[in-house]
Parts: sequence; C-alpha cells; structure tokens
Amino acid sequence: MLKKALFALAAAALVTSAAAQIKVGVVSSATGPAAAIGVPQKNTVSLLPKIIAGYTVDYQILVDGGDPTAAVSATKKLIGEQQVDVIFANTTVPNTIAMIPFAADSGTPMIAPVGSMLVVAPMNAQKKWAFKTTQNDDVAAEILFAHMVKQGVKTLGVITTSDPYGGNWEKEAQRLAQQQGVRIVANEKFNRVDTSVTAQALKLVAAKPDAVLIAAPGAPSLLPHVALADRGYRGQIYQSHGAAMDLFRKQGGRKVEGAIVVGSMMMVLAEIPDSNPSKKVMREYVTAYEKAFGEASPFGSQAYDAGLLFANAVPAAAQKAKPGTPEFRAALRDALEATRDLVGTQGRYTMSPQDHSGMDRKGAAELMTIRNGQWTRAR
Amino acid sequence: MDIDLPIALILGQDGIINGAIYALLALAILLVFTVTRVLMIPQGEFVAFGALTMAALQAGQPARLVWLLAALAVAEAIADLIVLRTRRQGAQVTFSALLVKLAYPFVLAALLYNLPTATLPMPVQAMFTLAIIVPMGPQIYRLFFQPIASAPSLILLIAAIAVDVSLVGVSLFVFGPESASTAPFSEASFEFGSVNVSSQALWVVGSALALIVALWLFFSHTLHGKALRAAAVNRTGATLMGISPVFAGKASFLLATLLGALSGILIAPITPISFDSGFVISLKGFVGAIIGGLISYPLAAAGALAVGLIEAFAAFWASSYKEVIVFTLIIPFLLWRSLTRHTLEEEE
Repeated sequence: MLKKALFALAAAALVTSAAAQIKVGVVSSATGPAAAIGVPQKNTVSLLPKIIAGYTVDYQILVDGGDPTAAVSATKKLIGEQQVDVIFANTTVPNTIAMIPFAADSGTPMIAPVGSMLVVAPMNAQKKWAFKTTQNDDVAAEILFAHMVKQGVKTLGVITTSDPYGGNWEKEAQRLAQQQGVRIVANEKFNRVDTSVTAQALKLVAAKPDAVLIAAPGAPSLLPHVALADRGYRGQIYQSHGAAMDLFRKQGGRKVEGAIVVGSMMMVLAEIPDSNPSKKVMREYVTAYEKAFGEASPFGSQAYDAGLLFANAVPAAAQKAKPGTPEFRAALRDALEATRDLVGTQGRYTMSPQDHSGMDRKGAAELMTIRNGQWTRAR
Repeated sequence: MDIDLPIALILGQDGIINGAIYALLALAILLVFTVTRVLMIPQGEFVAFGALTMAALQAGQPARLVWLLAALAVAEAIADLIVLRTRRQGAQVTFSALLVKLAYPFVLAALLYNLPTATLPMPVQAMFTLAIIVPMGPQIYRLFFQPIASAPSLILLIAAIAVDVSLVGVSLFVFGPESASTAPFSEASFEFGSVNVSSQALWVVGSALALIVALWLFFSHTLHGKALRAAAVNRTGATLMGISPVFAGKASFLLATLLGALSGILIAPITPISFDSGFVISLKGFVGAIIGGLISYPLAAAGALAVGLIEAFAAFWASSYKEVIVFTLIIPFLLWRSLTRHTLEEEE
C-alpha cells in the first residue's frame, strides 16, 4: 500500500517536473556535407539559456546528416515523441523547407537560422509557423552589387557551388545583374569537395570580366579564389558571406588580399562603432563561444539569434498557457510574431504577420576586405 | 568557348595531376579487390586522413587521429587474446608480438604530443603521418574482414560500406568540419613554353610514377610480392602452396592505406581537403579501376588518368555537368566489357 502511494507520488513528481520544463527540439546538420555550418550551430545551442521565465529549458538535439528525409523524421520524432514546444532548424535550406509542413500540422513554431527567404515567403498557412534569423542572401547580394556599380564594374564572372547555397546566390546574381546593368560573361559551377577548379578559373579569366563573384559556404570559397590568383586574374574578386570566416584569411594568405566580402560584423568587431547595439550582443556571444569551443563562426551566431528570439518570446507565452500544451505553442508563435526591436548578434528584429524574417536592412551585413592579412571594413 | 593550345595544355596538366592521384587509388582498390574480394570503399578516407593529419601536424596541433590507431590496436589485442585462449588458429599470434603492437600507438602518441610538430622538417612530418595511418590498414583487415574472409562478396561489400561510414564519422570528430590544406613541398615553379608548371605538380606526378614502378618491382621481384600476386590469381591454389590468406589480406590493406595516405599528403598542398572529400576522390579512382575491368593494373592506371583528363576538360566545357560526365563514363565501359568478355573472375 505504502509502496503504491510512494510510486504515485514519484509519478506525480515526475509529471510536475516535466510540466515545469520547456522542451526545445533542435534538428542539426552537424554531420554530413553541411557540417561546417552545422557544427558551430550545434555548439551554440549549449550556450543558450537553461532557465527562462522560471522554466528549465531542455534542448533535444537530433542530427540529420544534411539529409532532408532524416530532417523530416527527426522533426516527426521531436514533435510526436518529445512533444517539443519549439523547433530550431539548424540545418540546410532544403531540409528546413521539408520540415515546415510537419511543424505547421502539429502547430509547433519553428525558427531557422538560414539565409534564404524561401523559408518565410511567400507567407501562407504553413509558413505562418516558420521564423528565420540571419541576413537574407538577397540583401547581402544587393550590398555587393551596390559596391560593384560604384566601382564601375560592367562585366561579371560568377562561380558558385552546386548546392542550394550556391544556387540561391547564382539566382540573386542573375536578378541583380539584370537590374543594375551588369553583364554576366561567365557562369561556372564547382563542387564543395572538388580537388581542382583550374578549368573553371581558366574559363573565367578567358572571359575577361571586370570582377568575379564567388559564392560558396565556408572553406570551399577559397578554392576558386586561389585558382583565379594562380591564373593571374587581376580584377576585383567578390565573396559571399560564406567566406566571412577567419579560416579564409589564414589559409588564403597573400592570394586573398583585397577580396571584397559581405558578411557578419564578427570579423571586424573592433571597428564597429559602439553605437551599434548588436556589437555588445555579438561580443558576448563570441566571448562565450571562444571560452567553450575555440574560434567562433558567423554561422553559429545566426543560431544564437534564434535562441534570443525564442527566449524573448517565452515570458509572454508562459503567461497564457503551460508549456507542453498546444495552447502554449500557439501563444509562443504569436509572441514570436510580436517581436519588437530585439537586438541580436546580426541586427535588430521586428516581426509582423507578413514578415517572419524581421531583420532591419541596414544593420544586416558589413562590407569588408582583407588588408595586410587582416579583416577590415571596406569603403 | 573555343579551346586554344595554352588552355588545353593547362587543362591537360591539371587532368594529369588529378589523374595521377586517381591512378594510385585505382591501383590500391584493384590490389585489395583481387587479393581479398573486398571493394575498398574506405580507400578515400585514408586520403583525407593523410591530408588532414599532415595539416594538423603543420599547424602544431597534436594529431588526434593517433587515438583511433590506439583504439584499433586495443580492439585487435582483445581479438587476438580471444584467439590465443581458444587456440583455434594456433601459432599465428604470439604474446610478445601482441605487446609490441599494443605499445606502438601509445609510444607514437607520446612522441607526437611532446614534439614541436610544426617546426619539424616536412619529410619527418610525412613519416609521422604515415606512421599513424598505415598500420590502420592491417588492423582494419584483422578486425572487420579477416573474420568474414570467406563470406560472399556482397557481405564483404556491406562490411566495407560500414567501415567507410564509421571512418567518415571519426574523421569529422577528429578533424572538425572545416577543410585544411598544407604548405607545398617547395615554392618553385617552372616555365615550359607557355605553360607554368608548379613544382608541386611535378612532385605529384613524379611520386605517383615512382610508386607505380616500386609496386611493379615489388610484385615482380620480391617473394612477398609474388605471394600476393599468387593469392590474387587463385586464392585456393595460393593457400595450398603455403601462402597465408591472412598475410595476403593484411599486406594488401597495408599497401592500400599507404597509397591512400601518400595520395593525401601529395594532394593537400594543391587543394583543401575536408573530412568528407575522400569518398569522391576514391570514387574516381574506382571508375578508373572499373575501366581496367577490376583485373588489369596498367589498364586501371590508364583509365584513372583518362578520368582525370576528362574531368578537367568537362569542367571547362560544362562545369555544372562535370560529375555527371565523369560517372556516366562507367556505363559504356561496363557495356563494352560485358560484351567482349564472358567471365572476369571465377567467383564462388
């Protein structure tokens, strides 16, 4: 009898402790082809707050290996078995898009630190549940093209990776080139694991463009850059935010000197004026990350912003309903949509029912260059 | 776009460099396949191991891969102890040999963690890289393939895929997600007419040729080499002649990891390598080996060289379809082979 009572008590204690907990499901691409993006984002999750508004927060990380099918089954598992209150899609754009219907069907809000607007636009009944951090690829591309026009670039060579990241940039480059009257004279592709891009570099050089735009996520962005330098290309080389990392500067050495890169302010933090409120948040993030894991990556800070958005929305949602219930998830979604002037590592977020990206355009990305082997702001 | 002579020469040079690496891998895959019937899917991982270990040593980081060697050595020692207890295979394992094998990775780790690896001369760094990676070949054979040596090819293939997937995971864990490249062996470059040839390119092609010659000498002039060849031609017959299949398996895996790690060391100064680069590189070596019908060494080497050249020119004409073109190559060759030859192998 006593045993039974104790058991019931223990079970009750378990239930209450579970109820006093907010569950966050993280789908991470920390293995597989997108690991360079996924690993810093997965590390960043461990820096996010463990207690919000009096609730302990439990982060459940499932790794999808970069595979959309695995991302979907991880999402189903997080929703069905773990009954998570929110999902962080720290994975690739195609995986994120594949996850949206499942998050929406179960009424679970989802935050994705990705650069593609496809995740939140055009707004519909399903994307109502999706939010994103991170400057958009189109904004970053516009900043680069504005610089090209200022420099009088008339012809452009483009080389991008054969993956969603490169594909999105290729599309943006074609759109902006037409808009700005820049002619694309060579459009080349390469693979992230290619051992040589000499052929593509030859073709780019032979087309004699005023400038070349390279878009590749992470270290592969070096490969065409070095190949162009080796083939004696003298024009200006532009890089997407995939190159905005310290590794690029260190491994590229003399050959990447003078490159114009659009990207996170992380690389040039010391030069950012203190009046920019994001500077303080970014500094906190970089310090915490470096203490725990070593060199920080801008990809990680995008996931950090997702955590900030979530933490900011919890108190309002917790007043309306208990975590673990559909009502709480709906309230959390509403609170995320009501985000006003939240300062993240990459800018200020203000969401609305139409705009689930919410990043202000001016703080979104910095134009930088490498001078004397160091990152510095470009003018 | 039109192709003119200087461009063709540069593309040809590029193709030959990559082709030389593919040729080494094709030979390794072929060797392992003919001796053990294992399709060496993990071949490319040793390329990544070689390149990334070299890069880690040059960056002054301890080569953490040595702990994989240690883990495999411990697993091997346990497996050997079980054999010693049951005495099923008799005198093959001795206690002292077991101790030496077990101590080796820890001595190596002690050296690597105490030496200033970044300032060592490059040949010493390369020796250390090989010292870490090459013993893994026989270890992997002993642990994963020796117990199922007489299983059908399909099971060996599945085991090879499993080993490959595990090694990629280990690679990500040990080296992290970012790619790395190493310093070139020397900075010099030479002008041949209108073409500028870097000394690293000569290193790659020269080393590949030297290795191929060395392999040929080994197989035609040494007893061990002849024994391996015999095992490749006819396993049962070789066993009857007193050639141990265990020896043949371990030796072929040793040579394969040696070729893989050397390819990695050679190619790392030319291109950044990441934890998952190896698979596609070895897949192209595999296409070369298929062109050789998985039976002829010279044809496999020539096929691999052709893959490198076609890849370079395909990347120039249609960079989006480069991989499609390279891997589609395999179809006409398979068709041609199956139409002109009736049996490639007296399998099972």
